Amino acid sequence: MRERDDEWTGLMRAAIAGDGAAYCRLLEAVTPVLRAAARRGLARAGQPVDQSEDIVQDILLAVHLKRHTWDTEAPFAPWLFAIARNKLIDALRRRGRRVFVNIDDFSEVIAGPPAEETVPASEVTSHLNGLPPRQRDVLQSIAVDSVSIKDTARKLAMSEGAVRVALHRGLAHLAAKLRKE
Amino acid sequence: METERLIRTLALDAGHRERPVGVALAVALLLAAPVSIALFMSILGMRPDVRTAMHNPFFDLKFVVTMALAIAGIIISLHLARPEASLRGWAWLLLIPVGLVLLGIAAEMMMPHQRPWLTRLIGNNAPACVSAIPLFSLPLLAAALLALRRGATARPALAGAVAGLLSAGLGATLYASHCTDDSPLFVATWYPLAIAMVTAVGAIAGRKMLRY
Repeated sequence: MRERDDEWTGLMRAAIAGDGAAYCRLLEAVTPVLRAAARRGLARAGQPVDQSEDIVQDILLAVHLKRHTWDTEAPFAPWLFAIARNKLIDALRRRGRRVFVNIDDFSEVIAGPPAEETVPASEVTSHLNGLPPRQRDVLQSIAVDSVSIKDTARKLAMSEGAVRVALHRGLAHLAAKLRKE
Repeated sequence: METERLIRTLALDAGHRERPVGVALAVALLLAAPVSIALFMSILGMRPDVRTAMHNPFFDLKFVVTMALAIAGIIISLHLARPEASLRGWAWLLLIPVGLVLLGIAAEMMMPHQRPWLTRLIGNNAPACVSAIPLFSLPLLAAALLALRRGATARPALAGAVAGLLSAGLGATLYASHCTDDSPLFVATWYPLAIAMVTAVGAIAGRKMLRY
């Protein structure tokens, strides 16, 4: 557990310094833990666990948009679990359930579901339609169709810089939509 | 959307740098301060005898108290902007302005030739104090809340209340330079009433605005 936390902290430091690959690795590493905690929370609230992916993606978006509130001198796990807990409580409350979510629910989880089990896709993309057209097109292209920034820029006749700006704003907008849901 | 794709998308946005919350708060307060100062100058303005008043330690104490509140509020606001933060270990900062007022009251008690204490407590400006401090605080509160939206607090109402305290501290600093009631008894009675109103507004607005 200690080693895992140290590894996460190291990856996040690299990510903050601009290392996209480390960031990707970190998010992939934390996702099974977040998923297991989300499932546990849903199960305890008597909700279908197949909605867990919505919560996981909500947490990942918040981690991304709030990463400047992480102190690079502090361990990463407590910060991550605080965000996860907040989002999980929010999600359960939206479903009309008040559930006590303990911080230990996250730190004690080691593995997510077994690899062969298919993870259902989230409903997050259904919110794309409510975004301003530019942001929607860029997110559709990059997040859904997996087109690179460069090709997206060419396809939409935008500069790469404008695509990056629209991408960031689109993600922030998407998170705001999930919050108001 | 599969989570895998979302992660790849987020990694593509890894280069985006967000301004730290402290910088955002500083900018917001610097932008809102002229609004509050303009309100203050057009409605009340400084007391005419401000130069002589500066030699009165009880006049000066008002600024020490209100600035202590503002600074404590700023420090706690920035702390609470972190998702894992709680008030524990930080609330004592708010006792500093309280302690300073109490010291002031004790010091004034020991002065000879006093007007009756009730006269000093009631003063001449209570209605102005209770209405003007919230008025000058509101532009600062709005700016502070907007800046703190960049944070990620686990306690939105509490964080909003602390933003209320910090803006009320700054608003009260402005008002204190107008008010001719310098007795710490007056400060301990009417300022908290005005500050409580701003704090309540901050808590209510924060509950909505500071969720993330």
